[in-house]
Amino acid sequence: MKLAYWPGCVSRGFTPELHGSMELVAPKLDLELVELDRANCCGAGVIAEHNQELADTLNARTFAMAQSVDGAAGMMNICSTCQGAQSECQTRLDASSDYRQTVNSHLSDENLAYEKTAEFWNKNFLWLLVEEIGLEKLSSKIVRPLEGLRIAPFYGCYIVRPTERLGYAEYPNRDKYLDILIEVLGAQPVEYAGSHKCCGFPVITMNRTTSLRQAGRHLADAIDAGADCLVTPCPLCHLNLDMQQPEAAKYVERDLNVPVLHLPQLVGLALGLEPKELGMNRHVVKTKEVQRKVTQLAAA
Amino acid sequence: MAESYTLKLRRYDPESGDPAYWSQYDVSLDPERSVLQGVLNARDDEDGSIAIRCSCRAAICGSCAVRINGKTALACNTQMGDAQAKAGEGNPIVIEPMSNMPVIKDLIVDMDAVHWKKIQRVVPWLLPEGDPPDREYIVPAEAMIDVTQTMACIQCGACVSACLALEVDPDFVGPAASAKAYRFVGDPRDGQHEERLKDLAEDPHGIYDCTHCFACVEVCPKDVAPMDQIMRLRRKATGDHGIKDKNNGYGHEHAFVNIIERYGTLHEPQLLPRSFGDGSLIKGQTEPSAVKQLIENFPTVVRAVTAGKVPLKPHTILHPKLPDQDKVKTIFKTIEAKDERLEINMYIIGESAEDEAEGKPETGGEA
Repeated sequence: MKLAYWPGCVSRGFTPELHGSMELVAPKLDLELVELDRANCCGAGVIAEHNQELADTLNARTFAMAQSVDGAAGMMNICSTCQGAQSECQTRLDASSDYRQTVNSHLSDENLAYEKTAEFWNKNFLWLLVEEIGLEKLSSKIVRPLEGLRIAPFYGCYIVRPTERLGYAEYPNRDKYLDILIEVLGAQPVEYAGSHKCCGFPVITMNRTTSLRQAGRHLADAIDAGADCLVTPCPLCHLNLDMQQPEAAKYVERDLNVPVLHLPQLVGLALGLEPKELGMNRHVVKTKEVQRKVTQLAAA
Repeated sequence: MAESYTLKLRRYDPESGDPAYWSQYDVSLDPERSVLQGVLNARDDEDGSIAIRCSCRAAICGSCAVRINGKTALACNTQMGDAQAKAGEGNPIVIEPMSNMPVIKDLIVDMDAVHWKKIQRVVPWLLPEGDPPDREYIVPAEAMIDVTQTMACIQCGACVSACLALEVDPDFVGPAASAKAYRFVGDPRDGQHEERLKDLAEDPHGIYDCTHCFACVEVCPKDVAPMDQIMRLRRKATGDHGIKDKNNGYGHEHAFVNIIERYGTLHEPQLLPRSFGDGSLIKGQTEPSAVKQLIENFPTVVRAVTAGKVPLKPHTILHPKLPDQDKVKTIFKTIEAKDERLEINMYIIGESAEDEAEGKPETGGEA
């Protein structure tokens, strides 16, 4: 399947292991990724907070670039936040042809225009795995079922709410995909209070206490529920849950130390890729114990 | 046709001294009937001690918000059949009191202690400037349409219950009160726009304490979208009044926007100092308050670099611009040069506006 691929900013910035692992996983799943390397930031909700027309125009630009990729089935992102921010803009763009025209007029310089069509879609890798690739096909490619691993899913707000804007009418189980996927990969999903809650990242510079209390609380809940690690489709959640974890521990006044994997890393492990090539040695919270369990599986 | 359902209710009476417990009740009613009716049947037929607050039974009075299968909703506005589908076949429908507010008894929470206190905190009445006019106030229709969405609030507290920021910071002003604040900040008759915005921007538990999680948007039975109103308050605070708050709200927004205008994609290393310096990289590295915050973040940066997460390479430090960044910059310049921000409000035009109006829905300008 050929896809217009938007990796996002953070996956190439502060979580380069995410973009790197996606590039390794794609060929294993017969995905041909055409990277939108001229496309701009989705705005992460912040540009929309500043000026809606600006955010909508920037994302219309990205959509237009994706639409001009010859033979692409659709557009894929690997960031919950990109998904949410872009879906929000797309909803507004699709609601009014007058508005679309105004927005497109800003893109005419580059001969770009976003067209509202029933065929165009933009899906997070998580949605794509379940809806486009299919769990059966994914299962057939698994060479290393992740048996014995207890994994806590962490979805990220932007792909679970608001359901009305995120295609839940057509795909009502999108808020269960991570759980389903963990099982398909042979591991055991861990149920805990924080799976669909907020990681706190959006306010890390504005209210550090609120931000890190949120991250700390969810991590603690996952640990108490017996998780070996968490998995998330959102690099911004990853920043607060992994990079900030030692700080979050101070705000909830307890030890945490639980690794957090990116979704493509987890899929990659099951597809036979090695932890090191998936960038698992470049996390702040060491993934050694997860690596040990996975390597034991290979030996068994 | 009537069907059988099992309701699992969280029971608690603080005055009893006993801990909370679960009670299950089997009820029989049509799937189209409301969860509220189910609870009332259980109370009338099985256990008269069940406590729930309700009045209109028609999603108008806002009395009966509870958590149904973990999600806050009006009990009168949720059908039994839908609640069962969410619970999953064979599972009981779980009904609990709202979160973030103390329980008075069973499904009744203390709205005064949290919700109403927060509503009062934002001065929920009009503060006009000068003497009232001889006759009525004349305001442009568009201005009132702009605040219609916040006026639809029925004060049910569902958003307060769902708010994930309130869960960790009970002092947060919260979604309902913020929406109420916009009701007056968006009203041209009010004379205290800047004071209201400054108050909520400078409060560490004000508009910049919202974590943008959409929980309130998801549960609101009246589509008030409180989080969207918080974003509009922020937009007016920074864009229209240039309020440079000490919580870095202004700084974060300007840091982010400036970086994208300059490079096209985000350059994280600049985001912190710029956020701490009202958007300015120099200010963010020289002002004492900014430096203090940078130092606070230093251990995180060191850990990230040591882990190899953030490679110390030229492209990390000198962020490359997009190939067509001049075009992206032009987009910024053109749109920011407009006298009025163009804002399209889905609440007013509706998501299927285009199909209904054959491509001619109205778009509204934001003053």
